[in-house]
Amino acid sequence: LPFHFLLNAEYPDLRKHNNCMASNLTPAIYAKLCDKATPNGYTLDQAIQTGVDNPGHPFIKTVGMVAGDEESYEVFGDLINPVIKERHNGYDPLNMKHPTDLDSSKIHSGLFDERYVLSSRVRTGRSIRGLSLPPACSRAERREVERVVVDALAGLKGDLTGRYYSLTQMTEKEQQQLIDDHFLFDKPVSPLLTCAGMARDWPDGRGIWHNNEKTFLIWVNEEDHTRVISMEKGGNMKRVFDRFCKGLKERLIQERGWEFMWNERLGYILTCPSNLGTGLRAGVHVKLPLLSKDPRFSKILDNLRLQKRGTGGVDTAAVGGVFDISNLDRLGHSEVQLVQTVIDGVNYLIECEKKLEKGQDIKVPPPIKQFK
Amino acid sequence: MTKNCHNDYKMKFTTDEEFPDLSQHNNHMAKALTKEIYEKLRGKSTPSGFTLDDVIQTGVDNPGHPFIMTVGCVVGDGECYEVFKDLLDIVICDRHSGYKPTDKHRTDLNYENLKGGDDLDPNYVLSSRVRTGRSIKGFTLPPHNSRGERRAIEKLSIEALASLEGEFKGKYYPLDGMTDAEQEQLIADHFLFDKPVSPLLTCAGMARDWPDARGIWHNENKTFLVWVNEEDHLRVISMQKGGNMKEVFRRFCVGLQKIEAIFMKHDHGFMWNEHLGYLLTCPSNLGTGLRGGVHVKLPKLSTHAKFEEILTRLRLQKRGTGGVDTASVGGVFDISNADRLGSSEVEQVQLVVDGVKLMVEMEKKLEKGESIDGMIPAQK
Repeated sequence: LPFHFLLNAEYPDLRKHNNCMASNLTPAIYAKLCDKATPNGYTLDQAIQTGVDNPGHPFIKTVGMVAGDEESYEVFGDLINPVIKERHNGYDPLNMKHPTDLDSSKIHSGLFDERYVLSSRVRTGRSIRGLSLPPACSRAERREVERVVVDALAGLKGDLTGRYYSLTQMTEKEQQQLIDDHFLFDKPVSPLLTCAGMARDWPDGRGIWHNNEKTFLIWVNEEDHTRVISMEKGGNMKRVFDRFCKGLKERLIQERGWEFMWNERLGYILTCPSNLGTGLRAGVHVKLPLLSKDPRFSKILDNLRLQKRGTGGVDTAAVGGVFDISNLDRLGHSEVQLVQTVIDGVNYLIECEKKLEKGQDIKVPPPIKQFK
Repeated sequence: MTKNCHNDYKMKFTTDEEFPDLSQHNNHMAKALTKEIYEKLRGKSTPSGFTLDDVIQTGVDNPGHPFIMTVGCVVGDGECYEVFKDLLDIVICDRHSGYKPTDKHRTDLNYENLKGGDDLDPNYVLSSRVRTGRSIKGFTLPPHNSRGERRAIEKLSIEALASLEGEFKGKYYPLDGMTDAEQEQLIADHFLFDKPVSPLLTCAGMARDWPDARGIWHNENKTFLVWVNEEDHLRVISMQKGGNMKEVFRRFCVGLQKIEAIFMKHDHGFMWNEHLGYLLTCPSNLGTGLRGGVHVKLPKLSTHAKFEEILTRLRLQKRGTGGVDTASVGGVFDISNADRLGSSEVEQVQLVVDGVKLMVEMEKKLEKGESIDGMIPAQK
């Protein structure tokens, strides 16, 4: 008999799966949670659908579940908490608190050697409390997110003054400019996102806001309510992070009676459990042609708590020895701590590259302490 | 089901706030859905919890094509055709040539009523095929069904098909359990269906949990094939090389009736009513759900100025030999009936048989350099 006849008839067949949800969803947990729903009506089956539909890769472990609203993290805690613990290197939401720190004045050594670092960028996400997240939101909720965010952003001043481009309303000329600036995001094609329902009603309620200087950018209703990005060419990560914190600390949302989803266990609440905590990815495009060919490269990155990606972002390959290097961690460390980790780490990588250029040997640094 | 709960939550927003932006859209649902209809139906749900937003999601996500009119909606269970009547009756009327809510559909699976069909010239007609779909009563449909329901449908189907004998003796191949050798054979036979990639289907939720409880059954002769849990509960296909559509249709009718008898014994007959015929997931497949067709060589006729008009008058449609949305190769076309609802199986296959016979004669005339003007048929 096929195996599923022996278990709960609804329990998914996860035998070929390799994602965090599949590793943690026992039949007992499924039975306990399968009849539950959040106050908005979001269910376990909906939360895990993306992980059932996308078994994963033997080498890359995806998360395999999403949250449809803030309450998902509570109602489906019996599954999400072990998933969080596995994904975030032992961070235990039941026993630990997440630190939030957006005081960028604490950063030191944040100016990189621009012969190596081509660009610097910090991104995070923010969710508007009281509205469902992209996997579950209705059209009205999504439009409400857009309205709230666009209204608030109109209050930004000085170097943050900017404007909003709705995906449904932008002119062809505006669209071409946004593409040329590498700002325009596409309708998601990754099945990780589409199977979670995040592309519904595209492009309704979606858009891009950026400041006139094109150094501060907000995506509305893509994979999260908002993605907030500070970036510039060159190696001035300090200035990038200063601007990032300044923009995020504005009270514009709050002045209008709204809040971000946040709690002291999980930090900032986002759609994917991998983006909890700070939701922060700070990174650079850096030239490391020699170091990247050294067999110790991966170990060095690992010990520095860094990850590499191609310059097209996640799931792309490096071109011309230029890598996207960013922090691995999101939860359990503050924004300041993570950005400092990236700065220290990238500076170390550049030192290694310089040593290799001179024919000198490099050292694998000791691993940074984790809480596992 | 908690889908009701989510729909109730959405009701706190106004119709204006929830109404989809259909300004770029060209599909039957977008043409039919007014704010008034949306307002009237948005609070409703079928007993299994399927709502208006669920019905229309695929049409909202897929604006359509300026030239090809897609349906833009699906049903999650048989009750949708009643609960969302105000929308679906308009879509059905538009898609099925003016079919009215008061019209009755004829079902005729008596293959003896088909005249001819055993003499299509095999020099032109390369293969013949008849397919339909069936939905099993007591279960919700592919856009909505849970893993448990899908597995129960598979289990019932396996039992029903395993009891067939004689020319219908065959074997079931679950998608998630076949050997590499079996898979290669099914691909070589052109039997294996893939996970749907068309956003028309994926946006309607039909690919969820793939390949759980999906599979293919076929008889030993490889002339009768059943797909389980693809776009419908069952797709039933009778086919063979050459032009003997009469035999293909006989086997189709006999096989279908044998399968139906077994399902009825388990109190799970097929969804059917006298207004809409057989109920399937897509409103385009209501009625007979039947597509009867041939692969036929018409290199000269297909380039004739009146080819499209001839097809229209014969109530036939053309596709490439890869099926829907493909181009023809080497002058070989897939020609099949255009209608599904408002005429019977026998009537639709008769149109194919008579129409293809005429078109082959036209092709032969054109080969000899003669005119076909005198052969252009009247509108059927």
